[in-house]
Amino acid sequence: MIAENFSYAAPSSIQEAITMLHEYGEDAKILAGGHSLIPMMKLRFASPTHLIDINNIPGLSYIREEDGFLKIGAMTREVDVEDSELIKSKYHLFGDATKLIADPQVRNFGTLGGNLAHGDAANDHPAVMMSLGASVIITGNEGSREVSLDDFFHGFYTTAVEHGEILTEIKIPVAKGRFGSAYHKAERKVGDYATAGVAATLQFDESGVCNRVGLGLTNVSPTPMRVSRAEELLMGSRVSEQDIAAAAKMAAEDCSPSEDLRGNVDYKRHLVKVITKRMLTKALGRAK
Amino acid sequence: MAIDIKLKVNGTEHSATVEPRTLLVHLIRENLSMTGTHIGCDTSSCGACTVLIDGKSAKSCTILAVQANGKEITTVEGMATAEGLHPLQEGFHLNHALHCGFCTPGMMLRAVELLEKNPNPTEEEIRWGIAGNLCRCTGYNNIVKAIQWASAKMQDKELPSTEPEFV
Repeated sequence: MIAENFSYAAPSSIQEAITMLHEYGEDAKILAGGHSLIPMMKLRFASPTHLIDINNIPGLSYIREEDGFLKIGAMTREVDVEDSELIKSKYHLFGDATKLIADPQVRNFGTLGGNLAHGDAANDHPAVMMSLGASVIITGNEGSREVSLDDFFHGFYTTAVEHGEILTEIKIPVAKGRFGSAYHKAERKVGDYATAGVAATLQFDESGVCNRVGLGLTNVSPTPMRVSRAEELLMGSRVSEQDIAAAAKMAAEDCSPSEDLRGNVDYKRHLVKVITKRMLTKALGRAK
Repeated sequence: MAIDIKLKVNGTEHSATVEPRTLLVHLIRENLSMTGTHIGCDTSSCGACTVLIDGKSAKSCTILAVQANGKEITTVEGMATAEGLHPLQEGFHLNHALHCGFCTPGMMLRAVELLEKNPNPTEEEIRWGIAGNLCRCTGYNNIVKAIQWASAKMQDKELPSTEPEFV
């Protein structure tokens, strides 16, 4: 299968890429890892007239802790996250998630920025990032702005990234003290989109009281969602078995899955409940 | 608007003029006439089109030829050397790790990177490592054995038996 015709450019700076976006208009698309966009173009679900390949722009791939934030460059590949010692030592949910994203070849190319900017509730990083309280840096002609992930997803394939802008960085408050996180999705086969997925993040102060919590859900709502009601319940608690059970029940109640080939609504709600319970328990165990 | 690109395939420099929408797999098969790289699903699921781009395993049906500009590509045609077969090719041969052979080039090139990053993988790591390559004939067991055999060979370790197991 071959995509419709388009023109191709590979700028060497962000500014050059933004200028091209303005020049080419609404039908131009940014090409990052390309492993969501190119299949869509081959199937002709997407037919941009111009592709602006940002793979040659230096300085967009990094994972570092700086000024109280874990900062991840938008062009950081899934494989870089898998291999990062910093991520492996502290942010365990990334290891859980990346292993379940597509397959090794796809993870060699797919980027974290692309996974978010694609705006698909079936992708895994939206829930992961939401549970971590992440925000993204979006760069345009007027400079950069920061948008919380809570305000990022506007609808099906639609995000806060406006035309003429590029998502350049993901910013996550650093893990402090007793911090634990976990992610899992149920999938029909390895590398499939989630039937349902849950990301859980917990952090405790010295007295064992929860002072940071995040619960994000994958593919059980039209846009990626966090379970605010359950987060409020857990915040300030000691996250007992009863608290976890109550939070899992809320997650199942508050999500809004739709029936598809992966399962019906009741089944998906049940999965959300079971996986939420397991991931909160796992995150709690990792918060040592 | 066609674009001029240059790339190295199996150590040889090539230049080509391609439409931006030309896929890397089509460039390899049609312009360069190397048909060892297969097109299976054409939707980046099956891995039959796997090649190495600068040493990283990649699904060439989901990468544009223009993205390979300036890169080094390895296809199955570049695996054997004057000294003989690559240890993975030898392992696949001796362990009967193929029936129809359609998945084999992609499977082996994926295994090249797997063993490069993890020279001594466990069975579980091999199975996760080839999760992006589908085989509809073998049931994977002999493919796993072939990769284990190549891993031993590449490290000059004692070679596992290649006798078939009857159960």
